[in-house]
Amino acid sequence: MRSLLSLAMRSAWNRRGTLSLVVASIALATLLLLSLERMRTDMRESFSQAVSGTDLIVGARTGPVQLMLYTVFRIGGATSNISMSSVQALQGHRAVAWVVPVSLGDSHRGFPVLGTTPAYFQHFRYGDRQPLALAQGQPFRGDLDGLFETVLGAEVAQRLGYRLGQRITLSHGAGGTPGLEHGDKPFTVAGILARTGTPVDRTVHVSLQGIQAIHLDWAAGSPMPGLVIPAEQARKFDLEPKEVTAALVGLKNRAAVFAVQRHVAALADEPLIAVLPGVALDELWGVIGVGERALLAMSGLVAVVSLAGLVAVVLAGLSERRRELAVLRAVGAGPRHVMLLLAAEGALVTLAGAVLGCVLTFAFIAAAGPLMQTRFGVTLQLSAPTQSQWILLSAVVLAGMLASLVPALRAYRLSLADGLSPRA
Amino acid sequence: MIEIENLRFAWPRAESDCLAIDRLSIAAGSTLFLYGPSGSGKSTLLGLLAGVLVARQGRVGVLDTDWSSLSGARRDALRADHVGYIFQQFNLLPYLNVIDNVLLPCRFSRLRHERAVRRSGSVQADAGALLAHVGLAAELWRRKAAELSVGQQQRVAAARALIGAPEIVIADEPTSALDAPLRDGFMDVLLRECRTAGSTLVFVSHDERLASRFDAQRSLASINRAAVHEAAA
Repeated sequence: MRSLLSLAMRSAWNRRGTLSLVVASIALATLLLLSLERMRTDMRESFSQAVSGTDLIVGARTGPVQLMLYTVFRIGGATSNISMSSVQALQGHRAVAWVVPVSLGDSHRGFPVLGTTPAYFQHFRYGDRQPLALAQGQPFRGDLDGLFETVLGAEVAQRLGYRLGQRITLSHGAGGTPGLEHGDKPFTVAGILARTGTPVDRTVHVSLQGIQAIHLDWAAGSPMPGLVIPAEQARKFDLEPKEVTAALVGLKNRAAVFAVQRHVAALADEPLIAVLPGVALDELWGVIGVGERALLAMSGLVAVVSLAGLVAVVLAGLSERRRELAVLRAVGAGPRHVMLLLAAEGALVTLAGAVLGCVLTFAFIAAAGPLMQTRFGVTLQLSAPTQSQWILLSAVVLAGMLASLVPALRAYRLSLADGLSPRA
Repeated sequence: MIEIENLRFAWPRAESDCLAIDRLSIAAGSTLFLYGPSGSGKSTLLGLLAGVLVARQGRVGVLDTDWSSLSGARRDALRADHVGYIFQQFNLLPYLNVIDNVLLPCRFSRLRHERAVRRSGSVQADAGALLAHVGLAAELWRRKAAELSVGQQQRVAAARALIGAPEIVIADEPTSALDAPLRDGFMDVLLRECRTAGSTLVFVSHDERLASRFDAQRSLASINRAAVHEAAA
């Protein structure tokens, strides 16, 4: 058996030119299947880790998924604002423990800027109800002294190499448009958060008043011509925000969540919606799931095609190898040895493809991971294969071995019929 | 050593028998020259002697064992242990080097492996000794089989057939691709080595000039009654 395996290896090595193409196509199919599965699990993991302990997200009336994507993941378009009075009214509800208003829209070198209150650092939870921790410094102060202070997420600080006390300027909107800079009012880095593996890592946090201050001399999304209010003067103005993007709400008792949700929806002042993060996530998975299954099915088809290629290449080579089979028969190999030889060759090629595919997947995740982290806040884990990846991998190898039985059985029949004199 | 009695063999889907041999007996350690024109059933007879083909009727026995009494796997094992085979050409696996080609039978037969070890200490040493005997220079032993000339390849094939001293060596027109000087050299080597090993040699050729070198000569046409029938019909 061992000597057959070594024969199979040397025979395959002799035809490595053709077979390496098959190995490459199996490796690509494996790469596709494994990285898709890795992205799927890690995306779900990242998303469900991103927010916990927040019972409701309240915003202007829109789709629940859109509101959550924008406020928690900073993905997608801005929603309408809600008035601060609604936020204050919510604060007054007897079931509500805390309300943290958030204001989005500006950015710093591609990273989103989140305006909020110091209560954010107190109440926000991620993962398994873990609070935010500061790696260095402290949260911005809620008063006028802390007006131009900022707290950076771990990814922002690391990627841009920022340290405490450094001064940074914000851009209006998503950035990238020249002239739309809040260059006259720089912020000082007061704190840097510890890494969380959530969108918080790539967020620049400032106070709501700070957001208000940099937009004092702005109207309708651009600087007002002829009006310049220096940073020092800004403190003299009324900096209480009139509007915010959304509010994160914590309840005293989770059981009241639907009552509060109905209460928010019924508020007469403006059309609002209160979203349960878990429910919105489920809805999101429902939407994404369709695409995921389609992608998985396509990758499965790619795997089937590459295995069909394996069968075709080995079968095509078989007619040229009838001499080889006859020689083996003459030195004492039985038809079953010949069959094993061919099956072993197919299994080896599949195995080589699968292993190469694993290596490629690792390389791909190592290469694409940082991009996914900065662009989408999804952390791809460079770790041992997950259970479902193992299942996919063994499915590929098993299917390859089964497919190899086709040329193996053909070789069996050929060597029975040919005996020692192939009539090729 | 080899006994044939009342052999009848037909290929599948063939209407008449291709071989019908009433009696052929080959003594242990002797050499037999079988000749006959192409298409007279020589290769078929060799397939039957090697236990790759099985007679429809009658007995083909080697070492007192009737091939047809054995299962396919047992026939393969018996062939691996006791039969060395030389083809007309393309004897070697192109992806193995010369030594590994010679050692092929030892992969499938423990008996021949053990005999080779007993004779020379290791299978590699025995393969080397045989290659030296058939006149293949040592610097060629690690070459890929495909890099050898036809004459060299046939010598390697002879060494392979002889390793582990099988009781029977079957050669199917092994000299037909060789020119006269190469042919004579090959015949010298093969006959000498078979005698040294005590192997019974069955040698098929249409080249009757070689016949005198053998202990016995038979025309296949004279022993195969199927051919006679066909001619009469």
